[in-house]
Amino acid sequence: MIKLYDFELSVNCYKCRLLMSILNVDYEIVPVDFYPGFKHKSDEFKKINPLNHIPVLDDGGYVIRDAHAILVYLATKYDSTKRWYPIENPELLGETASWMLFAEGTTNTASAARLNVNLGYDFDLEKVQEGAHKLFRFFDEHMWFRNRSGGKWVCDSEHPTIADIALFPDVVLAEEGGISLIDYPALRLWAERMKRLPGFIVMGGIFPASADRIN
Amino acid sequence: MSWSTMPVSRRGLVDTAINGEGCTDQVILNQWYPLAAIVELRPGISYQTVLLEVEVGFGVTLNGELIAWRLDCVVIPAGNPLPAENFTDKLLVQSAYGYLWTSLSAEPKELFSIPETNEPDRRSINVATIGIATSAPRAVENFLDMGHFPFVHAGVLGAEPHTEVFDYNVEIKDGEIIATGCKFPQPQAAPSSVGAIVTDYIYRVPHPYCVLLYKSGGFDESRLDVIGLFIQPISQERIRASMFYSCVDNISSDTALRRFQLGIFSQDKPILENQVPKRLPLSTTAETPIRADKSSITYRRWLSDLGVTYGVISAN
Repeated sequence: MIKLYDFELSVNCYKCRLLMSILNVDYEIVPVDFYPGFKHKSDEFKKINPLNHIPVLDDGGYVIRDAHAILVYLATKYDSTKRWYPIENPELLGETASWMLFAEGTTNTASAARLNVNLGYDFDLEKVQEGAHKLFRFFDEHMWFRNRSGGKWVCDSEHPTIADIALFPDVVLAEEGGISLIDYPALRLWAERMKRLPGFIVMGGIFPASADRIN
Repeated sequence: MSWSTMPVSRRGLVDTAINGEGCTDQVILNQWYPLAAIVELRPGISYQTVLLEVEVGFGVTLNGELIAWRLDCVVIPAGNPLPAENFTDKLLVQSAYGYLWTSLSAEPKELFSIPETNEPDRRSINVATIGIATSAPRAVENFLDMGHFPFVHAGVLGAEPHTEVFDYNVEIKDGEIIATGCKFPQPQAAPSSVGAIVTDYIYRVPHPYCVLLYKSGGFDESRLDVIGLFIQPISQERIRASMFYSCVDNISSDTALRRFQLGIFSQDKPILENQVPKRLPLSTTAETPIRADKSSITYRRWLSDLGVTYGVISAN
């Protein structure tokens, strides 16, 4: 069975759990004491990932690290509809890749702020918060135009892609890092929509969708 | 363990936490506060934090001595070596329950005891120390509340439709709040529990900003697990909360114990951070209580009687 080296409160680990849940892929969790144990920094864990970070996915001996790479792998292998990672549509694939790179930015700012505020990690809080706001403003405007043209997801497609998964927790947990979402209504609407995907799961800090339907 | 990413900085805390008012409540200044789990500190390296809006340096020397000092007296940048020599203007420190505790007072009130931790076969760990954007009393109150179990911790500490909080006893005894006779049906009371049980709870509030609960459902049926929430108030509306866990369980790994408790902690966090106002109102009419809130009402009254104004909205 697939093994995920995982820490419950990690946004990057959650991205992998969320996609596997949506794709109905069975997996087992290997808990890593990321905090406060810092076990991902141990020599023992170095054998699993020489770069000493989580998540790491082990699929029958094939070992892959980094959340966004894991999303690419999982979607390509386990989504027979080819919609989550649209390899048969070059334009859409390019767009997905570009938003996946954008998500690296939101992780390095919004989620870094969360690590500073929650766990005391040594980041320049003001700088990462500002960085997150800059990216969120751009992203919110993008989603506003997507909504206006009838689009529901990050990329110009009828179906969500792994870019939606990669961006979702950085946005929805941003307030834990002191980044208010009040000025980003299009992001909040999109986040509510994400919560209604079949197979959606929560993590600590993320609530399930409210009862009323939205479009 | 590698220390390379160990948080050593108070970066981010100072600008946002210190508003210049500070704490003037003697009862709060006279308490001990936890700064960090000792095993998580790299010996010989200085750490920085903020306690009651006062910048504090702390650490463990290479000789294993715990130290803490006011940064306005001695400046050692975070991450730098601690001086070998003792320096003056040190704050009082002590090691208790695995944590480094300090006080801003020269004559602090004695720290509460947890006799169970002396049992030789018990394991005590720091689940985690987490920053939370709320007041210390809000966090204590949330910890005392059973009413939220089936909603916030669905499937673990409670489950619908079993939402009723049965009546329990609360009293103030020997200067602390004790709530006894608490019972709650829980699908997964502890990492080691198999199947749902009705869990017995005892709560203790021995310190204005620290709370303990004793619960059944652990590995040994005759003894209770102890879970503590020990709070370092950074400012009136910002805290670092250390979750202490002491249990009789020789099977679960530390990682498994932490994952279970941290999962619960992380479900409470956003609820706490979204409570408005962040400071706990002490007036009995400010927030409408129900019968299940008996321990919270007692806590609010107790804080009023102690003269606590820090982290609360006073009744008058």
